[in-house]
Amino acid sequence: MTTNTNTSRRHFVIGSSAIATGLAIGFDLSFMSTAHAAMGTGTTAMTPLATPEIGVWVVVKPNDDVVVRIVRSEMGQGTITGLAQMVAEELQCDWKKVSYDYPSPGENLKRNKVWGSYSTGGSRGIRTSEQYVRKGGAAARMMLIQAAANQWNVPAAECVAKDSVITHTPSGKKTTFGKVSVAASQLEVPKDAPLKDPKEWTLIGKSVNRIDGVADKVTGKQVYAIDLKMPGMLVANIKESPVFGGKVKSYDATKAQSMKGVKKVVQVGDTAVAVVADTFWQAKTALDQVNIVWDNGSNGELSSAGIKKMLEEGLTANDAFAHNTNGDVKAAMSSASKILEATYFYPFLNHATLEPQTATAKWTADSCEAWVPTQDGEASLAAVIAASGLPADKCNVYKVNLGGGFGRRGAFQDYTTQAVNIAKQMPGTPIKLIWTREEDMTQGRYHPVMMCKMSAAIDDKKNVTAVNMRLSGQSILAAVRPAVVAANKGKDPLAFQGVDPTGEHGICYSFPNLNIDYAMRNTTVPPGFWRGVNVNQNAIFIETFMDEMAEATGVDAVEFRRKHMEKYPRAVAVLNAVADGIGWNTPAKPGVFRGVAQMRSFGSYVAAACELSVTNGNEVKIHRIVAATDPGYVVNPAQVARQVSGSFVYGLSALFEEEITIEKGAVVQKNFDTFGSIRLSQMPKVETIIIQGGGKDWGGVGEPTIAVAAPAVLNAIYRATGKRLRTVPLKNSGIKLV
Amino acid sequence: MAELNVNGKKYKLDVDPETPLLWVIREQIGLTGTKYGCGIGACGACTVLFEGQAVRSCAIPVAAVEGKKIETIESLEKNGQLSKVQKAWVDNQVPQCGYCQSGMVMATTALLRNTPKPTDAQIDAAITNICRCGTFQEVRAAIHAVSKA
Repeated sequence: MTTNTNTSRRHFVIGSSAIATGLAIGFDLSFMSTAHAAMGTGTTAMTPLATPEIGVWVVVKPNDDVVVRIVRSEMGQGTITGLAQMVAEELQCDWKKVSYDYPSPGENLKRNKVWGSYSTGGSRGIRTSEQYVRKGGAAARMMLIQAAANQWNVPAAECVAKDSVITHTPSGKKTTFGKVSVAASQLEVPKDAPLKDPKEWTLIGKSVNRIDGVADKVTGKQVYAIDLKMPGMLVANIKESPVFGGKVKSYDATKAQSMKGVKKVVQVGDTAVAVVADTFWQAKTALDQVNIVWDNGSNGELSSAGIKKMLEEGLTANDAFAHNTNGDVKAAMSSASKILEATYFYPFLNHATLEPQTATAKWTADSCEAWVPTQDGEASLAAVIAASGLPADKCNVYKVNLGGGFGRRGAFQDYTTQAVNIAKQMPGTPIKLIWTREEDMTQGRYHPVMMCKMSAAIDDKKNVTAVNMRLSGQSILAAVRPAVVAANKGKDPLAFQGVDPTGEHGICYSFPNLNIDYAMRNTTVPPGFWRGVNVNQNAIFIETFMDEMAEATGVDAVEFRRKHMEKYPRAVAVLNAVADGIGWNTPAKPGVFRGVAQMRSFGSYVAAACELSVTNGNEVKIHRIVAATDPGYVVNPAQVARQVSGSFVYGLSALFEEEITIEKGAVVQKNFDTFGSIRLSQMPKVETIIIQGGGKDWGGVGEPTIAVAAPAVLNAIYRATGKRLRTVPLKNSGIKLV
Repeated sequence: MAELNVNGKKYKLDVDPETPLLWVIREQIGLTGTKYGCGIGACGACTVLFEGQAVRSCAIPVAAVEGKKIETIESLEKNGQLSKVQKAWVDNQVPQCGYCQSGMVMATTALLRNTPKPTDAQIDAAITNICRCGTFQEVRAAIHAVSKA
């Protein structure tokens, strides 16, 4: 190891040229040591990567401690623990000695993206990286065994590893991972690292405790991005044009500039003004005194009423994109003896991560660094590079654990860009930008608004002969990934999540004639990926309408579903599991009503059944939800159960209480007083069933179940009240969750 | 100048008397375990104990608490030992992202000091904090675990 120190700038370069990979790794540690001290224990985001590394995923220290590199972001979903379990399974190390490290996105760039994608969304953490991280663990085990075998001068094939101990079976000689780690790090990484047979797993499938610092989260020691402290740091608060697409026309900062603690008032791009001060509170109160005149452009008249009208027009428009069709729906409709129709509305929603958006940046003429609570370190780095005006190798991002993510902090790095823009106007000073809740509520990337018209043809024998589903509403991809929409000739295939013809979001029903199409109706409200994404509304549309069709044909709701699910045995199994769990075939207690729903989403099969009662005609008490998930393989069952019950809090908050509305081009709801989030008293008891449906697949867990609670509850409310509620949130129909 | 008693330590601070207690705790005293979530007393992430009662520090001007006893999340762990509530939180693996959990732990600490064996209804009434990750099922289990211990 060589160390070059430039003391004047506290800039260290640590080269790992001793490591056989031959890659020189440079770390810019300017003010990192103090920042790291501020990060507290258990946080490794700031430390330079540990050595010696055995391959790129594993480090074994001489004392046998194992550090597993994790590049997906932890935002509560448990991905750090799950991924580390997978690596440790193949490594055959002692799990008690495992901790983790976040390689920085800049490091990844320098090393030709050896760690793959940093993007943490779409319930992908485990399912799209399981192969290469397990192989990383297996390769490291082979290298450690080879190093021991070399030392003993025996064939590696005669040696085995278990719990960080390597044994030469014929002689009984033993050594530990730590003792051979340096030698192992100098070996070539094997090209082929065969994986264990799943039957031999001892750690995958086990409900081990989390390794991401649970104790620090209950003592206040975990440092979130909003908590960062650095020498000389100033704090910024920002206001962006409340009208989407609006710009700053002018601003008067005379009063703000004279207020205590205020260092600077700056314009941020064309659209925002920020105050930089010693503290957040000073910055916020001063910003309230800046008189900003906005230029709303042509967007100042947009309203929810106008958007709804546009969506209603889309329900019968001719410009729809048909994505899932078979047979001849029109013919079946014209020969039907009965037509069933229902129209639905699903609103804009804010992610409302409990930690508001925040990022810290330091800019100088020759480097830019940012500390970001990010779901996608690479996207953050791209934002820093673009905003800093500096070459990529002069920029880096340090990931800080997130106070909630839910899709807000991956593809969208607006807050990171802002922090860099502000820091650029105060060279050399670390700037911590913190949004107010009001800014967070009004500058979101919102769950898209959607309407849907469901229609069914029923023949004289009470068979459903055709189903038509027309979606009308906003496209996420048109705003966020316009290139994907352009490549699809202006169409957005993502709108069909959960009702796709096949695949990870494929519909699990068959009908003799089916047509599902989508009229794209975009607004100036910026849309985003919100936990569950487009499955949320599609589940409500299809799964409550399944109940309507069951009733119209005189068939039990579970039986009706099964009748149309013959091609999807794994979906039937999860449906049956929740039906059995809730006691579908036995009468409920008087006053208690049940509902079910199922979906396939993010590669998993999921279903939910609930029991609820309704008093005074509008007070809904959900007593129980039984939820089943079949993701294929399961890494950590207890973690899955916590994700499932937690997902219902997000999903039920949306169903009952949450809505973002637009007046005069801007968001109306400013805080949790008008954007409700359900509380502990409203939380139903959740019983989670995990089914490992065989096959060789890995489905997602963080998102799939979120969508099935809402339709199951709506179906039960209908049984309790005789009312079909088709407009979300239910508060607009006077319904309360108690 | 405000005189504060936080976690048994006295502080004399040069701060605008209208500044919310939350920001004084976070920015002047430097204890960042108490979190900002809403600024209007709606979410509970900033819960601290004021004379033993759970309060939302984002909505209380610092002038209103001068000389009174304030306890924050940092006061619970003593000599490296987690409090019973904190230990139950770890045993039940309650936190997900963890951002709301300081407030949850403080609200629970206040509840259990006054009501050592709360019923579900008492838990419902006392724990009104927002958790966007949805840890409520584990929160309830952890509270019952403490009261049974």
